[in-house]
Amino acid sequence: MTARAIELCRLYKAFNGNQVLQGLDLAIEAGEILTILGGSGTGKSVLLKLIIGLLKPDAGQVLVEGEDIVPLQEEELLKVRRKVGMLFQGAALFDSLSVKENVAFPLREHTRMTEAEIRDRVAEVLALVGMSGVEEKLPSELSGGMRKRVGLARAVALTPRIVLYDEPTTGLDPRNVDKINELITDLRAKLHVTSVVVTHDIQSALRISDRVALISEGRIAETGTPAEITQAEHSAVQEFLAGHL
Amino acid sequence: MKATGFPQGLFLVLGGRATELLGQLGDVALLTGRTFYYALKPPYELRPLLQQMDHIGVKSLSICGIAAVFTGLVLALQTSYGLARFGAKAYVGIVVSLSMVRELGPVLTALLVGGRVGSGITAEIGAMKVTEQIDAMRALGANYIKKLVVPRVLSTMLVLPLLTVLADVLGIMGGMIISQYEFHVESHLYMNTIWRNLRLADLLSGLGKTVVFGFLIGIVGCYNGLEVSGGTEGIGRATTATVVTSAILVLISDFFLTKFFWWLEILV
Repeated sequence: MTARAIELCRLYKAFNGNQVLQGLDLAIEAGEILTILGGSGTGKSVLLKLIIGLLKPDAGQVLVEGEDIVPLQEEELLKVRRKVGMLFQGAALFDSLSVKENVAFPLREHTRMTEAEIRDRVAEVLALVGMSGVEEKLPSELSGGMRKRVGLARAVALTPRIVLYDEPTTGLDPRNVDKINELITDLRAKLHVTSVVVTHDIQSALRISDRVALISEGRIAETGTPAEITQAEHSAVQEFLAGHL
Repeated sequence: MKATGFPQGLFLVLGGRATELLGQLGDVALLTGRTFYYALKPPYELRPLLQQMDHIGVKSLSICGIAAVFTGLVLALQTSYGLARFGAKAYVGIVVSLSMVRELGPVLTALLVGGRVGSGITAEIGAMKVTEQIDAMRALGANYIKKLVVPRVLSTMLVLPLLTVLADVLGIMGGMIISQYEFHVESHLYMNTIWRNLRLADLLSGLGKTVVFGFLIGIVGCYNGLEVSGGTEGIGRATTATVVTSAILVLISDFFLTKFFWWLEILV
């Protein structure tokens, strides 16, 4: 049996009285690429923030490699976050730091690497995402696609076992969408990471995923392989597919 | 929903505002506690502190300097005018210096730095909040209070007394120029009255206040930045709130700090 990287059990989360998650259950196997599909405001990004402990659920459990992270304090969560990398929707690079310093940030925080080792590791992960040679640039000098790739390099700098992608292809042109999709599958192959992708880009989801989950009305409406999802009879799935295909 | 009449509606609104204000005070108190906890907890990071001191202090030199010189000039003009009526214009030096050192230097510097630096802190942290950079920092396992709040609060607390010393000196010098050229009070007489009458306690009470002002400006700037919501419009609202809140807090706390230092001077 495959070990579960992440398990979400009966999650509830509301913002200002608006119930976003209503008893959501989801299990993500180690090493798989699982894409969570859903319309805007359905709680997809909230789900990722719950997995990495940036938000706390109102009720329910979030198990990361078997450990419930919900009761953990911010300092205890730092250890959990070493295992998890996250690519934010707008890349969330630190404006005041160069690309090199952005990628080196988690290395300086969590390791005792020397400056030379940090330089080598930064060059290595930037090469992994096809961004060699931009070390000295500032985030403001990069295009949207480049920023996302640098954000991804930063997310995997500590070789996490789980990588979370928040709308990785949103706002990108088709060429960059392809590049990011290739990177997600390449990183899984090279680093053997568990990947959780949140998107409303159904074409990308069907292309890169081992499994797809559709979130609707605060719960997972359907999960399955891309082939199973396209054949699913659930009304929410059909409505979503009809709106996007 | 049942409609509420005049007194009930008023009490509901006032009650709501009071609850909101208490909630905010509680949040600021928590942020203060965490800031001092992480400031004292190793590892100590000197580089971001020095960067902030440069950003907050060195870049505020010109605005504080200009304000202090002109305040000194005006203060000497008004004071000499008043003292001349009693034939006491020779004492303009001590009046100007006491006013500058005990009150105007600290308060003016705090108001100017509060406007320039406090709003800058809010805008910077607020922009980081809306672009998810603070979330990214947390996701990367870094403590955002230690990284962002501690250096900003500590640097305002450290830099404001230094800027105040500069403002005091420039204000007194400005007063000396006006006294000499407008009211013919010789500069050595002006300085003599200061050396003879100005005490270390006067200087320390002024500087002591600025440490508290610096803390208030820093913590209000950081708190409003961290509470930003609603994109760029939210940043605009938050920076305005910082300027207004820090100015009001400086003026209110000034009264209580002045009383406190008086009491301390009598005690010592």
